[in-house]
Amino acid sequence: MTSETMPGYNYAYLDEQTKAMIRRAILKAVAIPGHQVPFGSREMPLPYGWGTGGIQITASIIGPEDVLKVIDQGSDDTTNAVSIRSFFAKTAGVATTTRTEEATVIQTRHRIPETHLTDGQIIVYQVPIPEPLRFMEPSESETRTMHALEEYGVMHVKLYEDIAEHGRIAKSYDYPVRVEGRYVMAPSPIPKFDNPKMHDSLALQLFGAGREKRIYAIPPHTRVESLDFEDHPFEIQKWDYACAICGARDSFLDEIITDDRGGRMFVCSDSDHCARRVGEDS
Amino acid sequence: MDQELLRVSGLTRYYGSRVGCRDVSFSLWPGEVLAIVGESGSGKSTLLSLLSGRLAPTAGDVSYRDRDGRWLSLPNLSEADRRRLQRTDLGVVHQNPRDGLRMRVSAGGNIGERLMALGHRHYGRLRGAGLDWMERVELDPQRIDDHPSAFSGGMQQRLQIARNLVTEPRLVFMDEPTSGLDVSVQARLLDLLRHLVAAMGLAVVLVTHDLAVARILAHRMMVMRGGEVVETGLADQVLDDPCHPYTQLLVSSILQA
Amino acid sequence: MNAPMISIRALAKTFTLHTQGGTRIRAFDGVDLDVAAGECVALHGPSGAGKSSLLRSIYANYRPSSGRVVVRHNGGSVDMTAAEPRAILDVRRKTLGYVSQFLRVIPRVSTLDLVAERLTAMGADAGEARDRAGELLARLNIPERLWSLAPATFSGGEQQRVNIARGFIRDYPVLLLDEPTASLDGENRRTVVDMILEAKGRGAAIVGIFHDDEVRDAVADRCLHLTRPKEA
Repeated sequence: MTSETMPGYNYAYLDEQTKAMIRRAILKAVAIPGHQVPFGSREMPLPYGWGTGGIQITASIIGPEDVLKVIDQGSDDTTNAVSIRSFFAKTAGVATTTRTEEATVIQTRHRIPETHLTDGQIIVYQVPIPEPLRFMEPSESETRTMHALEEYGVMHVKLYEDIAEHGRIAKSYDYPVRVEGRYVMAPSPIPKFDNPKMHDSLALQLFGAGREKRIYAIPPHTRVESLDFEDHPFEIQKWDYACAICGARDSFLDEIITDDRGGRMFVCSDSDHCARRVGEDS
Repeated sequence: MDQELLRVSGLTRYYGSRVGCRDVSFSLWPGEVLAIVGESGSGKSTLLSLLSGRLAPTAGDVSYRDRDGRWLSLPNLSEADRRRLQRTDLGVVHQNPRDGLRMRVSAGGNIGERLMALGHRHYGRLRGAGLDWMERVELDPQRIDDHPSAFSGGMQQRLQIARNLVTEPRLVFMDEPTSGLDVSVQARLLDLLRHLVAAMGLAVVLVTHDLAVARILAHRMMVMRGGEVVETGLADQVLDDPCHPYTQLLVSSILQA
Repeated sequence: MNAPMISIRALAKTFTLHTQGGTRIRAFDGVDLDVAAGECVALHGPSGAGKSSLLRSIYANYRPSSGRVVVRHNGGSVDMTAAEPRAILDVRRKTLGYVSQFLRVIPRVSTLDLVAERLTAMGADAGEARDRAGELLARLNIPERLWSLAPATFSGGEQQRVNIARGFIRDYPVLLLDEPTASLDGENRRTVVDMILEAKGRGAAIVGIFHDDEVRDAVADRCLHLTRPKEA
């Protein structure tokens, strides 16, 4: 199938054999929730570290009927989000949107939308380092063995070290989770605030790391638990402020410096969520 | 307590055509300390690696009787089972403590890791175990958050011991545990090991080239040369009444201070 | 209770010195000996006759070339020349005490603990064991200020008394004594004689080497004469 929008390129940029290979990896990942599946990551027209894994997943699953939303740190209008959105508009001819509830595919960097995802939606995460054990164990063969043998003691050693040094678990993003009681997974650098959203979601969650060449997945209705200690249970971030624009008290807030005299304001990171709340009020 | 803990039969390991060790057989009972002595190239380190399950034999068997009384053939265990056994029932104290410690993890984290791997999830109790064990190996508990790189060699070795003993293993393998340490530090470590072995009823297989260490710690002794066991007996028997020419040479070569 | 505590048959020991071209040295030959409970046998003979070697062979420190050493232990008997290592260790722990000529010092272990260890190794309470060790050391005139020191720097006589304390702190049914009074003065010698007689009184079987005629006459019931063996 060639692209009607861009002559000389296949639909959604990747050739069909590559898409088939990536879909096979996705199927395997869905069958083994949280397990990292190696795949033949291709060169994409943007550098490594900018979402090549996420783009390859999206390219493999997207079709003309889909509606695509792309966010970066929760916002639809940052440079990257805009670039990727227009990339797919050009190569796949899909409709795009900023409204979470209208999208069928959501590609994201470092946030999960505040709006609950529903049955039929797919969220694609951009992942820099897929291996949660890498910080402790540099050897790839050793980490593969540790996952295979469920040897995850070292993850709790890291949390122990945090508490010993800071008095509490200091990891606040890319917070490790255990999927369906089996694989320990790195959820990508989303804030730990978003971790609970991964649990028992109605949507399909796909994770792509282009540079590291790994895909993993969390199918709908899967148990996802953040690692913690009995006497130091997992907690999400809280603010003493409400969003300065829409007044929300329960969303993830970004701190924005407004002047050089220490002025600052707190604003919803999820721009769509914020705009909708403002729209409802007016 | 009447049954053997470890049964070794015909244990052999070749590296290509070179003999690592050949046809070693013995049994070990709970609470016994067996020293394997020999010079470089004798095969003692190969034997230790085979016994602890870190190396697969070319022939022969190493069987361990677990806490439920079942005999497990170490070379035939699945990797998952072998690794689990190595974390719970067995201990390995390396010659260089850096090989047996996580250098970028605090002392408390090092000690607690085995417990965390077994599913212990209470930070306060894990820390308590760390403090307890630091005292038992004569490390200042106030240094529980220090990294091993801040410890001296002797202290690192004691930390390595604590890290292994926290799961109360029944059998510990030690590879030249005192080599490279200052003499006074060695003495302190040997003293500690004597007490721990007695207090915990540990069985120990200890590889050393230092006959004085063997005399102090071991009940039994095996002398190896060229991959074979040339003499075996009680430690005092082998040291005071050496029969094999090689053993006599070894014993007579000890320098007297 | 009529069977001897120690029963030795045709015991012989020859050393082969491989480092000296295979020279063979016969330590002793053809020794037969029975020792009953409450009896003390003195080994007698010139130096080089193999007296120490015989004691060490009974203790299974030396491995005899031929013959048998049977010790009554735990209601049964153990042949020290043929038993498993852990059986020999069990006999040494519970039944067979040995006071050697030289004290083997372990670094960092205090005199008190060195003596008390013989009891704590059997499961005795550490405090009680130390008390008992202190009593013995006091009886043997080792001043209290030395108890917390390792005995490496003690005089020969002091080390020997520590060794004796180690041997007598438990009521061993069988005792092997190698020159227990060699470096002692009159008063301490008499104390050791008393201790040996007390051990005999409670039924211990004793084999000893006594350099001093007076001591031997005081404690020994009979002598076993060893002659210097012919060259092998």
